[in-house]
Amino acid sequence: MKILVAISQTPETTARIAFKNEGTIFDTNGVNFIMNPYDEWYALVRALELKEQKGGSVTVIHCGPPANEVIIRKALAIGADDAVRINMEPLSAHSIAIQIAAYAKDQSFDVIFAGKETIDYNESLVGGMVAELLDLPFISHVSKLVYNDAVASVTRDIEGGEEEIEVTGPYVVSAAKGLAEQRIPNMRGIMSAKTKPLQVITPVPEESTADYIHFQVPAAKTSVKMVDPNNMDELVRLLHEEAKVI
Amino acid sequence: MVLVVAETLEGKIKNSSFETVYYGSKVAEILGTSCHALILGPCSDGGRLGSFGAKEVWQVEDQALSSFDSQVYTKVITQIAKEQGAKVVIVADSSNGKSILGRLSIALNAGPVRGANKLPELKDGKLNFQRPVFSGKAIATCRVNSEIAVISLMGNSLKPQSTGAEVAVKAINVEIPASKTKVIKVERSVGIVPLPEAQIVVSAGRGMKDPSNWGIVEDLAAVLGATTACSRPVADSGWRPHHEHVGQTGIAIRPNLYIAIGISGAIQHLAGVNSSKVIVVINKDPEAPFFKAADYGVCGDLFEIVPKFTEAVKKFKSTHH
Repeated sequence: MKILVAISQTPETTARIAFKNEGTIFDTNGVNFIMNPYDEWYALVRALELKEQKGGSVTVIHCGPPANEVIIRKALAIGADDAVRINMEPLSAHSIAIQIAAYAKDQSFDVIFAGKETIDYNESLVGGMVAELLDLPFISHVSKLVYNDAVASVTRDIEGGEEEIEVTGPYVVSAAKGLAEQRIPNMRGIMSAKTKPLQVITPVPEESTADYIHFQVPAAKTSVKMVDPNNMDELVRLLHEEAKVI
Repeated sequence: MVLVVAETLEGKIKNSSFETVYYGSKVAEILGTSCHALILGPCSDGGRLGSFGAKEVWQVEDQALSSFDSQVYTKVITQIAKEQGAKVVIVADSSNGKSILGRLSIALNAGPVRGANKLPELKDGKLNFQRPVFSGKAIATCRVNSEIAVISLMGNSLKPQSTGAEVAVKAINVEIPASKTKVIKVERSVGIVPLPEAQIVVSAGRGMKDPSNWGIVEDLAAVLGATTACSRPVADSGWRPHHEHVGQTGIAIRPNLYIAIGISGAIQHLAGVNSSKVIVVINKDPEAPFFKAADYGVCGDLFEIVPKFTEAVKKFKSTHH
């Protein structure tokens, strides 16, 4: 099996979220960056498990500047065979999807994995965009993926439950929690990652269809109103009369 | 023209679709155009969408569309959107909506906005939408630069109002491509409002100590007409089903009322729920970080407080109808 995994770089989940230049740019000052958890923990690891079961190769692809090679090396240390970096500053989901599709077009991958969303922009767009650009089936928010011979059985999260889908031939999935268990790279992986192939490619031209023009951090809640634990009638009254939610 | 894709469940319009259509009609007002609803697959009550602002309701009543396939749905919607000259296409920010948003944006060369939560502003001829980013820790303004916009609307963004009469549903014929996927099994808890659509959510965490204690949470949810949810450790340990998990790695929700019971309020949990309009926190630890994000707090033993709260709600409901 020939598998492609798209990986993104995001701020850590606990990073302080602030903006500069009058709310137009994310302030990266003091922010640590990581591989997007959905890409690393679920998409990449499930791809590696499939390779271990069925043979083949796992390639990771990342759109970003040279400094982002830290996360690419980490993906290689976890077990990917080779990597591709599209040398660019990603500006939108569209700008990323166009590059991934352009790369994957002639490579006949059996499966293309993405995370269900990045934890910064939470857009959930890249996987579907790549699938549409390549005219492939796309199954999003996948929490289980197993093979019965040539047929993949894919389970996706839906409202209040799950749906099991069979798909044959090449397809794109976006990975949700449950698809795999996080793997920590070992020393051997880290050493071998240094010599695994990392190809750097110049991006193809692209024009984004949407952009972010402003960001703001929502106002913090005013102080909490504490209610006497022995007076739940008061809590109900507040919820009805003051908050007007019941 | 604004085209709204209305979702159905077992042959009936989903409640969330009234909001999507109503939102579409408001976007159409901003653009000085009309809103049309599109139903894919069998549905018996599509005309109701007329009451919520759809000038016309179109339906492709093909059995092949009763199962969702992002590729097939995208081709059908794209064909209709192009024929009708849609300038804005709106879907729900649901599992299906999220699966087709990116695809539609490519197929229509349209600027995508995932999870808009307010009506857009029209500035210099371009639509600006607001949406949460960084798991709800910030709000972004997203500008659509292309001629067409595709939007997924986050649930509970505005209250749908019935403004007119039902309309007749118009059947339309579209070429439906063959699907490369096959739905084998659907498992869905029945009779429960799905979390993203719930107005009231009662959520519990590790403070419950044991899954067998969940009865008091379910009782409170029942009297409030609420949907139950849980924190990540609770889902991870198998105490509650995975689809109840709200937070950064679970489902992001924004109900009118979120009641957190025995949840300390880790930043990853807050990220998924802090857009809720009103938050009530019940916790025995006065230092629990969740109190800082709450509107109302009750500090004490949840095993005593929750049943009392349930009784108080019951009493209230019996006197207010």
